[in-house]
Amino acid sequence: MKAPSFAYAKPRSLAEAFDLLERPGAKILAGGQSLIPSLNLRLSAPEILVDITGLPGLSRIEPANGAVRIGALCTHAQLEKSEDIRKHLPLLAEAVPQIAHTAIRNRGTLGGSLALADPAAELPACAVALDAVLVIAGKKGERRVKAVDFFKGLFETDLRENEILVGAEFPKADKSVFLELTRRHGDYAIVGLAAAVQRSERRIAFFGVGGKPVLLKPKTLDDAKASIPTPAADLYHTASTKLHLAKVLLERAWTRL
Amino acid sequence: MDQTLTTTMTVNGTQVTRSIPARQHLVDFLREELGLTGSHLGCEHGVCGACTIRVNGEIVRGCLMLAVQANGCRVETIEGLSDSKELEKLQKAFHEKNALQCGFCTPGMLMAAQDLVRQRKKVSREEIRSHISGNYCRCTGYQAIVDAIEEVIQTEVTHG
Repeated sequence: MKAPSFAYAKPRSLAEAFDLLERPGAKILAGGQSLIPSLNLRLSAPEILVDITGLPGLSRIEPANGAVRIGALCTHAQLEKSEDIRKHLPLLAEAVPQIAHTAIRNRGTLGGSLALADPAAELPACAVALDAVLVIAGKKGERRVKAVDFFKGLFETDLRENEILVGAEFPKADKSVFLELTRRHGDYAIVGLAAAVQRSERRIAFFGVGGKPVLLKPKTLDDAKASIPTPAADLYHTASTKLHLAKVLLERAWTRL
Repeated sequence: MDQTLTTTMTVNGTQVTRSIPARQHLVDFLREELGLTGSHLGCEHGVCGACTIRVNGEIVRGCLMLAVQANGCRVETIEGLSDSKELEKLQKAFHEKNALQCGFCTPGMLMAAQDLVRQRKKVSREEIRSHISGNYCRCTGYQAIVDAIEEVIQTEVTHG
């Protein structure tokens, strides 16, 4: 199908972007790898798309003070190729090749994935597992929100109207594991987990099990198994299958944590 | 509001400027406006890979990019890469190995395959499969496609 009609603008500064976002029916367009399919399927009908990919300075990967700050416009491909990500955030290095396919990773962005908050997406779970801080810009300035508070539910985040997610700071971990099960390579996960050990604390974020990433901080494997919430069934898998698969992933991950 | 925007891009080496409706995606523009019908449209939501083209040297889903977003970009399609003979070896190998039947996926498949070939590194069959995992072929069962790509990469890496 073809997208409905809309207007399009590509601001060159945040100030210009905030002005455009005040127009009725305005929607932010970044890499467009989820938004454009939803337009083509007529699941979304914005009045105007505000293409933020022309905003300067939002594509950087900057390691600093035990964390790595990543600009919202960084593409998955950029993360995949980055030496800094491989060195400081191996969890992301492990996760990113499992996101969709090369042609999509060349355009899809970190900010887009986090702001969309698809419950089966990889990067929101990584952000929760690593206790990332999301940086949000608004007309009145920046505010910072922990990933665990940012994701509110199914495609629902703490982002308010006329705000733009400009980046995220991912603290390093001592150990980390990323695992997911998919029907085919590049599909959204049936179920997956992003796990990290920071200051001797295990943080395991499951995705594909509920409306948002589910964070556990278990002491033992049995604890962890018992505290996985029963997932919602999807088109192809019953709740009990998904719960079983979540436990399988947990056992595989545990030996590396 | 059906807004149109004056957009300039380089398509297969030729600069084109057109007034483009914001809602039109890049492959519709290439096909309808420029008559470049080699890039195919299967699903139009980023699943099948038949629309794979190159923008600024990187493969993208042409159906998941608005034509107006290509303003200032270098766009390359199957027509451009065929004419420049960049795809010559892959095309020959696809032919010889029977790596196509109906041919609908072939332009996208070649664009994705060439993206791997031009990296000029040794890859396993598994890596080839992973690289073309975003391109669906409903005829061949992929074995012959992987055979063709593998042959080209082996020759390129050994003799290239």
